[in-house]
Amino acid sequence: MSGPERTLRAASAIVGVADAASPTGELDLHGRALEAAMVKEALDDAGLELSDVDGVCHAESSMAVAEYLGVHPRFTESTMTGGSSFEVHVEHAAAAIAAGLCEVVVGVYAATPRSDRTQGRPSRRRLPAGPNPAAEWEWPFGLRMPMGPYAMAASRHMARFGTTSEQLAQIAVSTREWASRNPRARYQSPLSVKEVLDSPLQCAPLHLLDCCLVTDGAGAFVLTSAARAKDLARPPVYVLGAATAHDHMMISQMPDLCVTPGAVCGPRAFAMAGIAPADVDVLMGYDSFTITALLHLEDLGFCAKGEGGPFVEDGKTGPGGSLPMNTNGGGLSYTHPGMYGMFLLVEAVRQLRGECGSRQVDGAEIAVAHGSGMVLSCMSTTVLGTEATLG
Amino acid sequence: MISPPRPVEPPVGEASAPFWEATRAKRLVVQWCTACERPIFYPREVCPVCLGSSLEWRDSQGRGRIDAFTVEHRPQPSFADEPYVIALVDLADGVRMMTNIVGCRPEEVRVGMEVVVSWEPLTDGRNLAVFGPAPETRAGGAR
Repeated sequence: MSGPERTLRAASAIVGVADAASPTGELDLHGRALEAAMVKEALDDAGLELSDVDGVCHAESSMAVAEYLGVHPRFTESTMTGGSSFEVHVEHAAAAIAAGLCEVVVGVYAATPRSDRTQGRPSRRRLPAGPNPAAEWEWPFGLRMPMGPYAMAASRHMARFGTTSEQLAQIAVSTREWASRNPRARYQSPLSVKEVLDSPLQCAPLHLLDCCLVTDGAGAFVLTSAARAKDLARPPVYVLGAATAHDHMMISQMPDLCVTPGAVCGPRAFAMAGIAPADVDVLMGYDSFTITALLHLEDLGFCAKGEGGPFVEDGKTGPGGSLPMNTNGGGLSYTHPGMYGMFLLVEAVRQLRGECGSRQVDGAEIAVAHGSGMVLSCMSTTVLGTEATLG
Repeated sequence: MISPPRPVEPPVGEASAPFWEATRAKRLVVQWCTACERPIFYPREVCPVCLGSSLEWRDSQGRGRIDAFTVEHRPQPSFADEPYVIALVDLADGVRMMTNIVGCRPEEVRVGMEVVVSWEPLTDGRNLAVFGPAPETRAGGAR
Protein backbone atom coordinates (compact mmCIF):
# COMPACT_ATOMS: atom_id res chain seq x y z
CA MET A 1 0.00 0.00 0.00
CA SER A 2 2.88 2.40 0.67
CA GLY A 3 3.47 3.05 -3.03
CA PRO A 4 0.03 4.37 -3.97
CA GLU A 5 -0.37 6.15 -0.63
CA ARG A 6 2.74 8.16 -1.23
CA THR A 7 1.10 9.77 -4.24
CA LEU A 8 -0.75 12.17 -1.93
CA ARG A 9 2.54 13.54 -0.64
CA ALA A 10 2.79 17.26 -1.48
CA ALA A 11 0.08 16.99 -4.12
CA SER A 12 -1.91 19.66 -2.32
CA ALA A 13 -1.40 22.48 0.12
CA ILE A 14 -3.39 24.44 2.66
CA VAL A 15 -3.22 28.01 1.42
CA GLY A 16 -5.73 29.77 3.62
CA VAL A 17 -6.97 29.43 7.18
CA ALA A 18 -9.21 31.25 9.62
CA ASP A 19 -10.50 30.66 13.09
CA ALA A 20 -12.55 32.52 15.68
CA ALA A 21 -12.56 32.21 19.47
CA SER A 22 -12.74 34.61 22.38
CA PRO A 23 -11.61 34.78 26.03
CA THR A 24 -15.28 35.26 26.89
CA GLY A 25 -16.02 31.91 25.28
CA GLU A 26 -18.71 33.57 23.17
CA LEU A 27 -18.79 34.92 19.62
CA ASP A 28 -21.13 37.53 18.16
CA LEU A 29 -22.05 35.55 15.06
CA HIS A 30 -23.48 32.05 14.90
CA GLY A 31 -24.75 29.50 12.42
CA ARG A 32 -24.27 29.96 8.68
CA ALA A 33 -23.31 33.63 9.09
CA LEU A 34 -20.35 32.59 11.23
CA GLU A 35 -19.42 29.88 8.73
CA ALA A 36 -19.60 32.39 5.88
CA ALA A 37 -17.35 34.80 7.78
CA MET A 38 -14.79 32.03 8.25
CA VAL A 39 -14.91 31.07 4.56
CA LYS A 40 -14.42 34.72 3.56
CA GLU A 41 -11.50 35.13 5.95
CA ALA A 42 -9.80 31.93 4.79
CA LEU A 43 -10.25 32.81 1.11
CA ASP A 44 -8.90 36.33 1.75
CA ASP A 45 -5.96 34.76 3.57
CA ALA A 46 -5.27 32.65 0.48
CA GLY A 47 -5.88 35.44 -2.01
CA LEU A 48 -8.69 33.47 -3.64
CA GLU A 49 -12.32 34.28 -4.44
CA LEU A 50 -15.50 32.34 -3.73
CA SER A 51 -15.77 31.80 -7.49
CA ASP A 52 -12.54 29.79 -7.36
CA VAL A 53 -14.09 27.22 -5.01
CA ASP A 54 -15.08 23.92 -6.60
CA GLY A 55 -15.13 21.69 -3.53
CA VAL A 56 -16.85 22.01 -0.15
CA CYS A 57 -16.36 20.07 3.11
CA HIS A 58 -18.67 20.26 6.12
CA ALA A 59 -19.27 17.73 8.90
CA GLU A 60 -23.07 18.06 8.84
CA SER A 61 -24.05 18.99 5.30
CA SER A 62 -21.71 20.19 2.59
CA MET A 63 -24.84 20.60 0.44
CA ALA A 64 -26.56 22.97 2.84
CA VAL A 65 -23.51 25.13 3.41
CA ALA A 66 -22.64 25.21 -0.31
CA GLU A 67 -26.17 26.33 -1.14
CA TYR A 68 -26.00 29.08 1.47
CA LEU A 69 -22.66 30.28 0.08
CA GLY A 70 -23.89 30.06 -3.51
CA VAL A 71 -21.20 27.56 -4.43
CA HIS A 72 -21.86 24.78 -6.96
CA PRO A 73 -19.12 22.29 -6.12
CA ARG A 74 -17.94 19.27 -8.10
CA PHE A 75 -16.37 17.74 -4.99
CA THR A 76 -18.54 17.34 -1.90
CA GLU A 77 -17.60 15.91 1.48
CA SER A 78 -19.84 15.51 4.54
CA THR A 79 -18.06 12.77 6.43
CA MET A 80 -18.90 13.02 10.11
CA THR A 81 -16.46 11.30 12.46
CA GLY A 82 -16.86 13.75 15.35
CA GLY A 83 -13.87 15.91 16.23
CA SER A 84 -11.59 14.30 13.66
CA SER A 85 -13.94 15.14 10.77
CA PHE A 86 -11.76 17.99 9.52
CA GLU A 87 -8.59 15.91 9.26
CA VAL A 88 -10.66 13.33 7.37
CA HIS A 89 -11.89 16.12 5.09
CA VAL A 90 -8.32 17.21 4.36
CA GLU A 91 -7.38 13.61 3.57
CA HIS A 92 -10.29 13.14 1.20
CA ALA A 93 -9.89 16.55 -0.41
CA ALA A 94 -6.17 15.97 -0.89
CA ALA A 95 -6.97 12.69 -2.62
CA ALA A 96 -9.60 14.35 -4.80
CA ILE A 97 -7.20 17.12 -5.79
CA ALA A 98 -4.44 14.59 -6.51
CA ALA A 99 -6.89 12.71 -8.76
CA GLY A 100 -7.89 15.88 -10.58
CA LEU A 101 -11.52 15.86 -9.38
CA CYS A 102 -11.35 19.46 -8.17
CA GLU A 103 -8.86 22.23 -7.52
CA VAL A 104 -9.92 24.57 -4.69
CA VAL A 105 -11.63 23.01 -1.66
CA VAL A 106 -13.02 24.90 1.31
CA GLY A 107 -13.74 23.22 4.63
CA VAL A 108 -15.65 25.07 7.33
CA TYR A 109 -17.00 24.56 10.86
CA ALA A 110 -18.84 26.69 13.39
CA ALA A 111 -20.53 25.87 16.68
CA THR A 112 -21.65 28.18 19.45
CA PRO A 113 -22.77 26.01 22.37
CA ARG A 114 -22.01 28.68 24.97
CA SER A 115 -23.85 31.59 23.39
CA ASP A 116 -26.65 29.28 22.23
CA ARG A 117 -27.29 28.73 25.93
CA THR A 118 -26.92 32.33 27.10
CA GLN A 119 -28.97 33.65 24.16
CA GLY A 120 -31.64 30.98 24.49
CA ARG A 121 -31.18 29.68 20.96
CA PRO A 122 -32.35 26.13 20.28
CA SER A 123 -29.66 23.50 20.82
CA ARG A 124 -28.16 22.05 17.67
CA ARG A 125 -27.62 18.73 19.40
CA ARG A 126 -28.97 15.89 17.30
CA LEU A 127 -29.65 12.27 18.11
CA PRO A 128 -28.18 9.62 15.88
CA ALA A 129 -30.52 8.31 13.21
CA GLY A 130 -31.73 4.73 13.15
CA PRO A 131 -31.42 1.93 15.70
CA ASN A 132 -28.80 2.83 18.25
CA PRO A 133 -27.17 0.01 20.22
CA ALA A 134 -25.95 2.55 22.78
CA ALA A 135 -29.55 3.10 23.92
CA GLU A 136 -29.79 -0.59 24.74
CA TRP A 137 -26.30 -1.45 25.98
CA GLU A 138 -24.81 1.76 27.40
CA TRP A 139 -27.31 4.50 28.22
CA PRO A 140 -29.12 2.58 30.99
CA PHE A 141 -25.97 2.58 33.12
CA GLY A 142 -25.67 6.35 33.46
CA LEU A 143 -22.29 6.90 31.80
CA ARG A 144 -21.90 10.65 31.22
CA MET A 145 -20.96 11.67 27.73
CA PRO A 146 -18.42 12.42 26.60
CA MET A 147 -16.18 12.30 29.67
CA GLY A 148 -17.26 8.90 31.02
CA PRO A 149 -15.59 6.82 28.29
CA TYR A 150 -12.37 8.83 28.57
CA ALA A 151 -12.39 8.34 32.33
CA MET A 152 -12.65 4.59 31.74
CA ALA A 153 -9.63 4.75 29.43
CA ALA A 154 -7.73 6.70 32.08
CA SER A 155 -8.61 4.13 34.75
CA ARG A 156 -7.36 1.33 32.52
CA HIS A 157 -4.13 3.18 31.67
CA MET A 158 -3.48 3.89 35.34
CA ALA A 159 -4.09 0.28 36.36
CA ARG A 160 -2.02 -1.19 33.54
CA PHE A 161 0.90 1.23 33.41
CA GLY A 162 0.91 3.09 36.72
CA THR A 163 0.03 6.41 35.12
CA THR A 164 -0.86 9.00 37.76
CA SER A 165 -3.35 11.82 38.07
CA GLU A 166 -0.35 14.16 38.52
CA GLN A 167 1.03 13.11 35.14
CA LEU A 168 -2.31 13.68 33.43
CA ALA A 169 -2.59 17.05 35.17
CA GLN A 170 0.82 18.07 33.81
CA ILE A 171 -0.64 17.92 30.31
CA ALA A 172 -3.25 20.51 31.31
CA VAL A 173 -0.54 22.63 32.96
CA SER A 174 1.79 22.59 29.94
CA THR A 175 -1.12 23.35 27.63
CA ARG A 176 -2.12 26.30 29.81
CA GLU A 177 1.43 27.67 29.46
CA TRP A 178 0.85 27.81 25.72
CA ALA A 179 -2.58 29.38 26.22
CA SER A 180 -1.01 32.19 28.25
CA ARG A 181 0.65 33.21 24.97
CA ASN A 182 -2.58 33.23 22.99
CA PRO A 183 -4.61 36.41 23.60
CA ARG A 184 -7.77 34.73 22.29
CA ALA A 185 -7.57 31.76 24.65
CA ARG A 186 -10.46 31.21 27.04
CA TYR A 187 -8.10 30.59 29.97
CA GLN A 188 -4.70 32.29 30.06
CA SER A 189 -3.72 32.45 33.74
CA PRO A 190 -1.06 30.03 35.04
CA LEU A 191 -2.22 26.65 36.29
CA SER A 192 -0.58 24.22 38.71
CA VAL A 193 -0.79 20.45 38.99
CA LYS A 194 -2.32 20.95 42.43
CA GLU A 195 -5.06 23.16 41.02
CA VAL A 196 -5.96 20.46 38.51
CA LEU A 197 -6.05 17.82 41.24
CA ASP A 198 -8.06 20.12 43.53
CA SER A 199 -10.67 20.80 40.85
CA PRO A 200 -13.86 18.77 41.35
CA LEU A 201 -13.86 15.13 40.30
CA GLN A 202 -16.26 14.67 37.41
CA CYS A 203 -15.98 11.11 36.20
CA ALA A 204 -13.13 9.74 38.31
CA PRO A 205 -10.23 9.71 37.72
CA LEU A 206 -10.82 12.83 35.59
CA HIS A 207 -11.10 16.20 37.32
CA LEU A 208 -12.81 19.26 35.89
CA LEU A 209 -9.49 20.66 34.67
CA ASP A 210 -8.66 17.38 32.90
CA CYS A 211 -11.63 18.18 30.64
CA CYS A 212 -11.91 20.42 27.61
CA LEU A 213 -13.82 23.66 27.53
CA VAL A 214 -17.28 24.35 26.18
CA THR A 215 -16.96 27.51 24.08
CA ASP A 216 -18.08 29.08 20.83
CA GLY A 217 -15.64 28.61 18.00
CA ALA A 218 -15.33 28.44 14.24
CA GLY A 219 -12.77 27.93 11.54
CA ALA A 220 -12.08 27.25 7.89
CA PHE A 221 -9.33 26.04 5.60
CA VAL A 222 -8.65 26.31 1.88
CA LEU A 223 -6.85 23.43 0.19
CA THR A 224 -5.63 23.54 -3.40
CA SER A 225 -3.24 21.77 -5.75
CA ALA A 226 0.48 22.19 -5.21
CA ALA A 227 0.69 23.85 -8.63
CA ARG A 228 -2.01 26.42 -7.87
CA ALA A 229 -0.58 27.01 -4.38
CA LYS A 230 2.72 28.36 -5.60
CA ASP A 231 1.61 31.88 -6.55
CA LEU A 232 -1.00 32.64 -3.88
CA ALA A 233 -0.91 35.14 -1.05
CA ARG A 234 0.78 33.00 1.62
CA PRO A 235 3.51 30.36 1.69
CA PRO A 236 1.91 26.99 0.92
CA VAL A 237 1.66 24.47 3.72
CA TYR A 238 1.84 21.10 1.99
CA VAL A 239 -0.11 18.00 2.93
CA LEU A 240 2.70 15.48 3.25
CA GLY A 241 0.70 12.62 4.66
CA ALA A 242 -2.84 11.76 5.69
CA ALA A 243 -4.53 8.66 7.07
CA THR A 244 -7.63 7.72 9.04
CA ALA A 245 -8.69 4.71 11.10
CA HIS A 246 -11.60 3.77 13.34
CA ASP A 247 -12.30 0.65 15.33
CA HIS A 248 -15.50 1.24 17.28
CA MET A 249 -18.38 3.60 17.84
CA MET A 250 -19.30 2.83 21.47
CA ILE A 251 -16.65 2.71 24.18
CA SER A 252 -17.86 -0.75 25.22
CA GLN A 253 -16.79 -2.01 21.78
CA MET A 254 -13.28 -0.49 21.86
CA PRO A 255 -10.86 -3.41 21.52
CA ASP A 256 -8.25 -2.05 23.98
CA LEU A 257 -8.92 1.10 25.99
CA CYS A 258 -5.22 1.90 26.06
CA VAL A 259 -4.67 1.76 22.28
CA THR A 260 -6.54 4.10 19.93
CA PRO A 261 -6.88 3.70 16.17
CA GLY A 262 -4.20 6.40 16.02
CA ALA A 263 -1.75 3.52 16.37
CA VAL A 264 -2.89 2.52 12.86
CA CYS A 265 -3.37 5.82 11.05
CA GLY A 266 -0.51 7.72 12.70
CA PRO A 267 2.27 5.46 11.39
CA ARG A 268 0.54 5.31 7.98
CA ALA A 269 0.41 9.08 7.69
CA PHE A 270 4.03 9.38 8.86
CA ALA A 271 5.11 6.75 6.30
CA MET A 272 3.33 8.61 3.51
CA ALA A 273 5.09 11.80 4.55
CA GLY A 274 8.42 9.98 4.87
CA ILE A 275 8.92 11.22 8.43
CA ALA A 276 9.58 9.80 11.88
CA PRO A 277 8.21 11.17 15.17
CA ALA A 278 11.57 12.87 15.84
CA ASP A 279 11.02 15.02 12.72
CA VAL A 280 7.85 16.62 14.12
CA ASP A 281 8.36 20.23 15.23
CA VAL A 282 4.79 20.88 16.42
CA LEU A 283 2.21 18.30 17.49
CA MET A 284 -1.41 19.37 17.47
CA GLY A 285 -2.95 16.37 19.24
CA TYR A 286 -6.65 16.56 19.98
CA ASP A 287 -6.98 17.19 23.73
CA SER A 288 -10.62 16.64 24.57
CA PHE A 289 -9.27 15.35 27.88
CA THR A 290 -5.76 15.03 29.27
CA ILE A 291 -5.87 11.25 28.73
CA THR A 292 -6.70 11.78 25.05
CA ALA A 293 -3.47 13.70 24.44
CA LEU A 294 -1.46 11.16 26.42
CA LEU A 295 -2.77 8.30 24.28
CA HIS A 296 -1.84 10.20 21.10
CA LEU A 297 1.77 10.58 22.29
CA GLU A 298 2.05 6.82 22.64
CA ASP A 299 0.07 5.79 19.58
CA LEU A 300 1.92 8.20 17.28
CA GLY A 301 5.24 6.83 18.52
CA PHE A 302 6.60 9.81 20.46
CA CYS A 303 7.08 7.39 23.35
CA ALA A 304 6.46 3.70 23.92
CA LYS A 305 3.04 2.37 24.90
CA GLY A 306 2.54 2.92 28.59
CA GLU A 307 5.27 5.56 28.91
CA GLY A 308 3.11 8.60 28.24
CA GLY A 309 2.94 9.54 31.91
CA PRO A 310 6.69 9.73 32.52
CA PHE A 311 7.07 11.32 29.05
CA VAL A 312 4.93 14.36 29.87
CA GLU A 313 5.77 14.87 33.54
CA ASP A 314 8.83 17.08 32.95
CA GLY A 315 6.77 19.55 30.91
CA LYS A 316 8.39 18.77 27.57
CA THR A 317 5.15 19.46 25.70
CA GLY A 318 5.06 23.05 26.95
CA PRO A 319 6.91 26.20 25.76
CA GLY A 320 10.63 25.55 25.48
CA GLY A 321 10.12 21.79 25.66
CA SER A 322 11.37 19.25 23.16
CA LEU A 323 7.88 18.44 21.79
CA PRO A 324 5.68 21.55 21.54
CA MET A 325 2.12 20.24 21.75
CA ASN A 326 -1.12 22.18 21.33
CA THR A 327 0.56 25.55 21.03
CA ASN A 328 -2.71 27.47 20.72
CA GLY A 329 -3.72 26.34 24.21
CA GLY A 330 -5.67 23.34 22.99
CA GLY A 331 -9.17 22.19 23.69
CA LEU A 332 -8.21 22.36 27.36
CA SER A 333 -7.54 26.13 27.46
CA TYR A 334 -8.05 27.77 24.04
CA THR A 335 -11.44 26.74 22.71
CA HIS A 336 -13.59 23.63 22.28
CA PRO A 337 -16.93 24.11 20.55
CA GLY A 338 -17.63 20.36 20.29
CA MET A 339 -15.62 19.23 17.27
CA TYR A 340 -12.19 20.72 17.76
CA GLY A 341 -10.22 19.19 14.88
CA MET A 342 -10.48 22.32 12.72
CA PHE A 343 -8.38 24.29 15.21
CA LEU A 344 -5.59 21.70 15.08
CA LEU A 345 -5.19 22.34 11.35
CA VAL A 346 -5.39 26.13 11.64
CA GLU A 347 -2.72 26.33 14.35
CA ALA A 348 -0.45 23.84 12.54
CA VAL A 349 -0.62 25.99 9.39
CA ARG A 350 0.08 29.20 11.31
CA GLN A 351 3.08 27.64 13.06
CA LEU A 352 4.52 26.53 9.72
CA ARG A 353 3.98 30.02 8.31
CA GLY A 354 5.73 31.54 11.34
CA GLU A 355 2.74 33.65 12.35
CA CYS A 356 2.33 32.67 15.99
CA GLY A 357 4.07 35.56 17.76
CA SER A 358 5.12 34.80 21.32
CA ARG A 359 4.10 31.15 20.99
CA GLN A 360 5.91 30.60 17.69
CA VAL A 361 8.05 27.45 17.62
CA ASP A 362 11.33 28.57 16.05
CA GLY A 363 12.06 27.05 12.68
CA ALA A 364 8.94 24.86 12.59
CA GLU A 365 8.96 22.91 9.31
CA ILE A 366 6.78 19.86 10.06
CA ALA A 367 3.55 19.89 12.05
CA VAL A 368 1.06 17.12 12.73
CA ALA A 369 -2.67 17.63 13.25
CA HIS A 370 -4.05 14.50 14.88
CA GLY A 371 -7.82 14.49 15.26
CA SER A 372 -9.84 12.30 17.58
CA GLY A 373 -13.53 11.70 17.03
CA MET A 374 -16.41 10.42 19.17
CA VAL A 375 -15.10 8.34 22.12
CA LEU A 376 -11.54 7.58 20.99
CA SER A 377 -13.34 6.05 18.01
CA CYS A 378 -12.00 7.62 14.83
CA MET A 379 -8.51 9.05 14.52
CA SER A 380 -7.22 10.98 11.54
CA THR A 381 -3.67 12.20 11.11
CA THR A 382 -2.57 15.04 8.82
CA VAL A 383 1.16 15.67 8.35
CA LEU A 384 1.90 19.19 7.10
CA GLY A 385 5.19 20.67 5.93
CA THR A 386 6.73 23.83 4.57
CA GLU A 387 8.31 24.23 1.13
CA ALA A 388 11.65 23.30 2.73
CA THR A 389 10.39 19.79 3.49
CA LEU A 390 9.71 18.90 -0.13
CA GLY A 391 13.29 18.10 -1.10
CA MET B 1 -27.02 4.33 45.20
CA ILE B 2 -28.72 4.28 41.87
CA SER B 3 -32.39 4.95 42.55
CA PRO B 4 -34.80 2.80 40.53
CA PRO B 5 -36.62 3.16 38.28
CA ARG B 6 -33.86 4.26 35.97
CA PRO B 7 -34.68 7.24 33.78
CA VAL B 8 -33.40 5.32 30.77
CA GLU B 9 -34.60 1.73 30.44
CA PRO B 10 -33.13 -0.26 27.58
CA PRO B 11 -35.23 -0.80 24.45
CA VAL B 12 -35.35 -4.32 23.02
CA GLY B 13 -33.23 -4.32 19.89
CA GLU B 14 -33.96 -6.11 16.63
CA ALA B 15 -31.71 -9.06 17.54
CA SER B 16 -31.86 -9.13 21.31
CA ALA B 17 -35.36 -10.30 22.31
CA PRO B 18 -34.05 -13.67 23.61
CA PHE B 19 -31.50 -11.84 25.76
CA TRP B 20 -34.15 -9.74 27.43
CA GLU B 21 -36.64 -12.61 27.77
CA ALA B 22 -34.00 -14.59 29.68
CA THR B 23 -33.52 -11.69 32.09
CA ARG B 24 -37.13 -12.14 33.24
CA ALA B 25 -35.90 -15.36 34.88
CA LYS B 26 -32.62 -13.66 35.92
CA ARG B 27 -30.67 -15.69 33.39
CA LEU B 28 -27.75 -14.01 31.62
CA VAL B 29 -27.38 -15.40 28.10
CA VAL B 30 -24.82 -14.71 25.40
CA GLN B 31 -25.24 -15.04 21.67
CA TRP B 32 -22.83 -17.40 19.90
CA CYS B 33 -21.98 -18.03 16.26
CA THR B 34 -22.02 -21.79 15.82
CA ALA B 35 -19.93 -21.57 12.64
CA CYS B 36 -17.11 -19.56 14.22
CA GLU B 37 -17.72 -20.98 17.70
CA ARG B 38 -17.30 -17.44 19.07
CA PRO B 39 -19.44 -15.37 21.42
CA ILE B 40 -21.05 -12.16 20.13
CA PHE B 41 -21.89 -9.03 22.07
CA TYR B 42 -23.89 -6.88 21.53
CA PRO B 43 -26.45 -9.22 19.90
CA ARG B 44 -26.73 -8.98 16.13
CA GLU B 45 -28.68 -10.56 13.28
CA VAL B 46 -25.40 -11.84 11.85
CA CYS B 47 -21.99 -12.82 13.18
CA PRO B 48 -19.56 -9.86 12.95
CA VAL B 49 -16.76 -12.24 11.96
CA CYS B 50 -18.31 -14.43 9.23
CA LEU B 51 -21.59 -12.57 8.55
CA GLY B 52 -23.35 -15.90 8.90
CA SER B 53 -26.65 -16.28 10.70
CA SER B 54 -26.26 -19.63 12.45
CA LEU B 55 -26.50 -18.11 15.88
CA GLU B 56 -27.66 -19.49 19.21
CA TRP B 57 -28.04 -18.41 22.83
CA ARG B 58 -26.05 -20.00 25.60
CA ASP B 59 -26.13 -19.43 29.34
CA SER B 60 -23.39 -17.17 30.60
CA GLN B 61 -21.23 -18.15 33.54
CA GLY B 62 -22.31 -14.83 35.01
CA ARG B 63 -18.87 -13.89 36.20
CA GLY B 64 -16.11 -11.70 34.92
CA ARG B 65 -13.42 -9.16 35.63
CA ILE B 66 -13.47 -5.36 35.55
CA ASP B 67 -11.47 -4.06 32.56
CA ALA B 68 -12.06 -0.35 33.25
CA PHE B 69 -14.41 1.81 35.27
CA THR B 70 -15.30 5.32 36.29
CA VAL B 71 -17.02 6.78 39.31
CA GLU B 72 -19.64 9.38 38.40
CA HIS B 73 -19.21 12.09 41.03
CA ARG B 74 -21.91 14.42 39.72
CA PRO B 75 -24.97 12.19 39.39
CA GLN B 76 -28.09 13.48 37.76
CA PRO B 77 -30.63 13.72 40.61
CA SER B 78 -33.01 11.54 38.58
CA PHE B 79 -30.39 8.80 38.42
CA ALA B 80 -28.63 8.53 41.75
CA ASP B 81 -28.20 10.37 45.01
CA GLU B 82 -24.50 9.66 45.47
CA PRO B 83 -21.47 8.65 43.36
CA TYR B 84 -21.89 5.39 41.46
CA VAL B 85 -19.71 3.14 39.33
CA ILE B 86 -19.97 2.39 35.61
CA ALA B 87 -17.66 -0.36 34.39
CA LEU B 88 -16.69 -2.47 31.42
CA VAL B 89 -16.72 -6.11 32.52
CA ASP B 90 -14.97 -8.87 30.58
CA LEU B 91 -17.20 -11.90 31.06
CA ALA B 92 -15.54 -15.29 31.40
CA ASP B 93 -17.63 -16.21 28.34
CA GLY B 94 -15.38 -13.99 26.21
CA VAL B 95 -17.43 -10.83 25.70
CA ARG B 96 -17.31 -7.37 27.25
CA MET B 97 -20.33 -5.45 28.46
CA MET B 98 -21.03 -2.15 30.15
CA THR B 99 -22.68 -2.36 33.55
CA ASN B 100 -22.85 -0.84 37.01
CA ILE B 101 -20.89 -2.18 39.95
CA VAL B 102 -23.08 -2.56 43.02
CA GLY B 103 -22.76 -4.16 46.43
CA CYS B 104 -19.60 -2.33 47.46
CA ARG B 105 -18.46 1.25 47.93
CA PRO B 106 -17.07 3.01 44.83
CA GLU B 107 -13.68 3.38 46.48
CA GLU B 108 -13.44 -0.42 46.80
CA VAL B 109 -13.69 -0.97 43.05
CA ARG B 110 -10.49 -1.89 41.22
CA VAL B 111 -9.51 -2.70 37.65
CA GLY B 112 -9.08 -6.47 37.50
CA MET B 113 -11.61 -7.13 40.28
CA GLU B 114 -13.64 -10.35 39.97
CA VAL B 115 -17.36 -9.70 39.78
CA VAL B 116 -20.55 -11.74 39.51
CA VAL B 117 -23.88 -10.82 37.96
CA SER B 118 -26.81 -9.63 40.03
CA TRP B 119 -30.14 -8.30 38.89
CA GLU B 120 -32.03 -5.06 39.18
CA PRO B 121 -35.70 -5.03 38.19
CA LEU B 122 -36.86 -2.94 35.24
CA THR B 123 -40.43 -1.65 35.16
CA ASP B 124 -41.70 -4.15 32.56
CA GLY B 125 -40.65 -7.39 34.26
CA ARG B 126 -37.27 -7.60 32.59
CA ASN B 127 -34.14 -7.34 34.74
CA LEU B 128 -30.96 -5.38 34.19
CA ALA B 129 -27.63 -7.18 34.62
CA VAL B 130 -25.43 -5.37 37.10
CA PHE B 131 -22.38 -6.81 38.83
CA GLY B 132 -21.00 -7.01 42.34
CA PRO B 133 -17.81 -8.27 43.93
CA ALA B 134 -17.35 -12.03 43.66
CA PRO B 135 -17.75 -13.66 47.11
CA GLU B 136 -14.11 -14.73 47.33
CA THR B 137 -13.03 -11.19 46.46
CA ARG B 138 -15.06 -9.82 49.35
CA ALA B 139 -13.70 -12.42 51.74
CA GLY B 140 -10.16 -12.30 50.45
CA GLY B 141 -7.53 -9.64 50.97
CA ALA B 142 -7.15 -8.56 47.36
CA ARG B 143 -8.00 -4.93 47.92
